[in-house]
Amino acid sequence: MTQSAPKSPIVETSRFPTGPLPPRAGAGLKTEHVDAILADEHRIGFLEVHAENYMGGGGPAHRALAAIRREFPLSVHGVGLSIGSEGGIDPVHLERLAGVVERYEPAMVSEHLAWSSHDAGYFNDLLPVPYNAQTLDRVVAHVSQIQDRLKRPILLENPSTYVAFEQSTMSETDFIRDIARKSGCGLLLDVNNVFVSATNHGWKPMHYLRDFPLELVEEIHLAGHAEDVDDEGDLLLIDAHDRPVADAVWKLFEIVISQAGALPTLIEWDNDVPEWPVLRREALLADAILDRLGPASLLGSRHAAE
Amino acid sequence: MPRNETVTGNRQRDFGAALLNPELPLPQGIVGPHGKNAVKRFAVYRNNVTVSLIDALAGIFPAIQRLVGESFFRDMARLYLAKEPPRSPVIFEYGGGFAAFLERFEPLARYPYLPDVARLERAWLDAFHAADADPLHPGSLGAIPPEHLAGTTFTAHPATRIVRSGFAAVSIFSASREDRALEGIKPGDAEDGLIIRPSDAVEVRRLPAGAAEFFTALIAGASLGEAAGETIARHPGFDLPSAISAMLEAGVFSGCSFGAANSEETA
Repeated sequence: MTQSAPKSPIVETSRFPTGPLPPRAGAGLKTEHVDAILADEHRIGFLEVHAENYMGGGGPAHRALAAIRREFPLSVHGVGLSIGSEGGIDPVHLERLAGVVERYEPAMVSEHLAWSSHDAGYFNDLLPVPYNAQTLDRVVAHVSQIQDRLKRPILLENPSTYVAFEQSTMSETDFIRDIARKSGCGLLLDVNNVFVSATNHGWKPMHYLRDFPLELVEEIHLAGHAEDVDDEGDLLLIDAHDRPVADAVWKLFEIVISQAGALPTLIEWDNDVPEWPVLRREALLADAILDRLGPASLLGSRHAAE
Repeated sequence: MPRNETVTGNRQRDFGAALLNPELPLPQGIVGPHGKNAVKRFAVYRNNVTVSLIDALAGIFPAIQRLVGESFFRDMARLYLAKEPPRSPVIFEYGGGFAAFLERFEPLARYPYLPDVARLERAWLDAFHAADADPLHPGSLGAIPPEHLAGTTFTAHPATRIVRSGFAAVSIFSASREDRALEGIKPGDAEDGLIIRPSDAVEVRRLPAGAAEFFTALIAGASLGEAAGETIARHPGFDLPSAISAMLEAGVFSGCSFGAANSEETA
């Protein structure tokens, strides 16, 4: 008896290619770059979008992202869940995020260690939380709630901050490690944020990286920062995402990769967005470092075997 | 109330209030490292919030910004966002109250058409992000038995919006978006606007007299006969056949049904 083709229409288990983010450089997706990315001979490793930009029902934005998703691995990066919020996770917004995740089946979903919403409204910025037991419990509960709804682990990103809290009783690295341990989430290490926060708070970036649980990191962010001064006239760095990655941040990135191995690495450029080739150039710089330092890393090529 | 709750429950409320109002002191417990001050440090957050929301409003209301000038727009947007910060992290939905704010904004009282231009811009972005649907095929009405035509009802395409104005809001909107001068436009001429997304692009069209009422009635669920009757009663010269062919060509509707069978015609 010969096997015949199924008569019913083919049931697709997935509308898009599956698989993890590759341990290569990716870029934050900007609408104006979509055509150039699709036409580019250099195939960027992956693309990342802000989930909130795709929470509408349909239209050209979704059409463009679907075209990208058919050809590239995708990471969905939320900016609005307000995980550090005293008021709890907004269930309506969590449903919106779940909708985007179901629609695009991304390889990765990530959010921030920050808050952005209160009864008064949504502030459109990533605001800091004090590091203590009370905040820890709250953040762990919120991350768990999100992961339960999405039915998958998320990555939590370390913040860039400008102020500290008298109420903090823990270091940022201890705080983040405990969140990951208690909630089971992975970590997104934003190396520019490490440099910005270290400068702003007088830490040594190398000490931060030494204390950070690199074994839990599944994605890296790199971006440019701006320089300002604080109340005393000392250097204050602003996480501006409006220029190339700084040399000092590239150096830190090399150290991270030589220890952790090659990891999916995103170039973020959200303001004063340049032409695509400028972003691609940054991505190629990251790829060169991943190729050069990833294979010989201390933690081995745990992510490189895809 | 336990002390703990008093302190922690209000911390983000105080932080948020101080973000939107620079007159307020720094929230309690906010410091710089090693005993440093944090006024300029906290100002980074104030600036991030304000500038990013002004930028968002400028992106949603580009025609208004061009009409009033960038510097005026940014000052005005700062006042608006302090009064009505976004309610949701979906920033492309922000600014629903901006037209009403403009109506009450004294310095612009001489430009009474601006609120309706803002309504068109808000509707444009709603249409841009609206769900996808195939427009009703222009031939679908022809497939309906003539005796059922009057009883036929329609389903609006998710992107369809109608903005009625006592001013030349559509002409002014279009001129501003296309960076043209307003010469030749009489601001006092009433215009109705139809916002549609028949394919990938949002379009804003001026409707002939009566068409806005006709479409609005159909969108609300009135039958073709009811909507036509009401419109012709108010606008005796209303050109019904043109309005019907225009609505089919423009993709105002995505479905229609008629009679007891209530069959849906969507292709």
